[in-house]
Parts: sequence; structure tokens; C-alpha cells
Amino acid sequence: MSALAAATPYAAPLGLMDVLQVTILVLVAAGATGVVLIRDPVRQVIALSVYGVLLAVLFLAFQAPDVTLSELTVGAVVLPLLLVLTLAKIRRREE
Amino acid sequence: MQFFPFAVMAWILAVGLYGIVTSRHLVHQIVCLIVVQSSTYVLLLGVGYRRGAAAPYFYDIPVHTPAVDPVVQALALTDVVVEAAVTALLLAFAIQAQKRFGTLDPQELVQFKG
Amino acid sequence: MTPAARRWVFLAGAAGFAAFLLWGLTGLPGFGGYPGPYGDIINRVAVAQTNATGVVSAINFEYRGFDTVGEEFILFTAAIGVATVLRHLRGERERAARDGAMDRDAPPVSEAVRLVSLVLVGPVFLVGWYLASHAQTSPSGGFQGGVVLATGFVLIYLAGEFLVFKRISPVDITDAVGAVGAGGFAAVGVTALAMGLPYLFNFLPLGSAPGAVSSSGTIALISFFVGIEVAAAFVLIVSELLEQTLLVRQERP
Repeated sequence: MSALAAATPYAAPLGLMDVLQVTILVLVAAGATGVVLIRDPVRQVIALSVYGVLLAVLFLAFQAPDVTLSELTVGAVVLPLLLVLTLAKIRRREE
Repeated sequence: MQFFPFAVMAWILAVGLYGIVTSRHLVHQIVCLIVVQSSTYVLLLGVGYRRGAAAPYFYDIPVHTPAVDPVVQALALTDVVVEAAVTALLLAFAIQAQKRFGTLDPQELVQFKG
Repeated sequence: MTPAARRWVFLAGAAGFAAFLLWGLTGLPGFGGYPGPYGDIINRVAVAQTNATGVVSAINFEYRGFDTVGEEFILFTAAIGVATVLRHLRGERERAARDGAMDRDAPPVSEAVRLVSLVLVGPVFLVGWYLASHAQTSPSGGFQGGVVLATGFVLIYLAGEFLVFKRISPVDITDAVGAVGAGGFAAVGVTALAMGLPYLFNFLPLGSAPGAVSSSGTIALISFFVGIEVAAAFVLIVSELLEQTLLVRQERP
């Protein structure tokens, strides 16, 4: 297995990669729990943005830079934008 | 380590479903749906990963280096963008529901029939 | 059914579902031991066959291009759906989009936000264009580039006002650009049909060096069409929601 790591010049040492992946997976699981348990929608949007960035780092650790780009732009920018606009409209109706 | 990413995927799915079922606000439900969708991305990329391999882009590495599976990455990539648009459609429905029924509580919306 | 009873029924059902899910997941080859031949075969032949070094984009727009046509039309339909669902109901009127600074009850946008947004508009458009046109070389592609381009339009809204945003991206032109993007993708496939080849066959010249910008035939062309279509769809969605928030008002009964 270490021969593989030597042959691919852009791969990190295997032990470090495993540690990184396990850490990010734990953070992603905690982030998902946090997003669900927050009941107020406005605060949930901020939590969703942080969760999107955590997911992007996870996809990077899984050697998928394309999916990282997509998740960063969509999950951390576009989705919170749509949610905040909807919440503004709903709040204006409730006044 | 052999099973841990799949266990995390199952946990995210369960937590998201719990949020959908016990939600009292339509927008909170939609965000929990986003969390459920993200669990499928984790599963897709976890299935295609190969230990010690590089990303499947051969611009500056030789063509025969071991690489991870590119097919699941292609699926996850279009998935992420398309489901943002579908979430926008769901949010538009939530706005119209609030205009028509005055409430955003899914447990009260159930009583409106027809 | 009371909420507490609903919660217990859900937990019972979820326990059974989780048991089956975990049992099924243990049947997968362990994490890190990808065995399947499909990915390895594509990794081996993609660069030689299509002159594209970005194998994921080659899969998206060539090997599995038919799936991408379907996904792109889902996006298109969702954008049209948002515009249709948010049409004016009876009893609503749209306030004229004039500068109503006097009766606006929102706090004014801070100068720092406007300056930073204005400065970032140019680089964001450049990055979005770069991403949409380099699908075949590096981790980029039509989908990501389109979303970044749409973000550039939103920065224009932040830097200026809603009137500027509407003037730069009126609904008719955004609709037309989205249609050109979606139709263009389908047209590339139909052109291959008209030449007697299978649908979405890569019929353009493949270029000289693998990974150059003008290489890989229809992959670069399709990525460009997808980029402008995704950008137009998201600009349409955001402008519909902004209109709802800022302009549409309920008539006093």
C-alpha cells in the first residue's frame, strides 16, 4: 500500500489521510445533528451554511474536487440565500 | 474504518428523517430534507473511494496512476446542483401555502383537504 | 394522532428501517476497497478516447451524457415551476418598482457591503466563466460555473439596488438565455443524429493535446451550454423570490 502512495505524487501519507477522514466524518455527523435540532429557521440557515462547508471538506478528503466545488457554491451560498429570502417574505406576511 | 463512513451516512439519514417527522415549521422541514439528501452524497463518494489513490484528473499525473471512481463523482456532482433548484421549488410552495392558509405548521396544514 | 404518538410510531418504524439499512451496508466492500471494473476502465481509456483530462466531466457530458440531459431539464423545469407557482394570486398587486426610499422600513445597506460586493463582481464573473469553459481539463464544469455566474448577479443586487438587478437581468432575457442553454444541449445531440451517428455522439474534432481548452470536441460545447442554462435558472429563481419579498403586496380587504 505504501508503494501506491509513492507512485501518486499528490496523495498524502495513508495514516494522515485516515485520521483526517475520521475527524471530518465525526464533524459532519455532529453538524447534521446540530442542523436538525435547531428549531428556529433563521438560526438553522447559518448552521446549514457551516454544514455545507464541512461537507465540502469531507468531499475533498474523499478525493472529489469537482463535488467540493459544487457543494461549496450551492450549499454555502445559494441555498442559504434562497432560504433567507423565503423567510423574509414569510415574516413580512406575518406582520 | 472499513464501515465508519456508511455508519455516518445511516446516522445522518436517521437524524434528518427524525427532523422531518417532528417538525413544526415548513421551512425547518425543508432544511431537514436537505440534510437527508446530503447523506446520499456521502454514501456515493464513500462507495467509490480507493485507499491511497488520487483524484481522477490526469492533467499533471500520469494516466495510469490509481484513481478513485469517477462515475459516482459525476452522479453526485449533478445531484448537488439540481437538488438546489428543487429546494427552490419547495420553498415557493411554502410561500404560497402561507399566503393561502396563513400557517406554516405542517401538523395544522394536514387538516386542510381539497 | 398526537405528536407524541407520532414520534413513537416513527421511532418504531425507523428502528426496523435502520436495521435493514445497516445490514445492507455491511454487504458493501469495505471503505477504501473499491473493486468495480467500470471506474477503472473509464480511467484507463477516457484520456485517449476523448482528449479530456477531466474524466468526471467527460463522463458527465459524453459517456453518460443522456443522464445529464435529463438532469438539466429537471433544473429547467424547477426554475419554470418557481416562476409559475409564485404567480400573482387574486387580491395581490405588484407595487411599481420605483425607488421608495422614504417608505422602506428596512435598514439601509452598509457602505462596506456595497463596496466589497462591487469590487468582487468582476472577479466572480471571471471565475465563473473560467469554470464553465474548462470542464475538460481540471475540476470544473458547466454546473459549478453556472452557479458561480449566478452568484455574480446576486452580488450586483447587493452592491446596488433591486432596480439595478432587474435592469441587468430582466425576466425575458433570462428566460431566453435559459432556453438557449437547455435547447442548445439537446440540439448538439440532435445534430449528431442528423449526421447519422448515435444521439450525443462526439462528432467535433478532438483537438491536439489532451487537456487543452479547445480539445475534446462536444464536451467543451455542452459544458458551455449547461453553464449558461444553470446561471439563467438560478438568476430567475432568485429574482422571483426577491420580487415576492420586495414588491408583491396584499391588498387591504
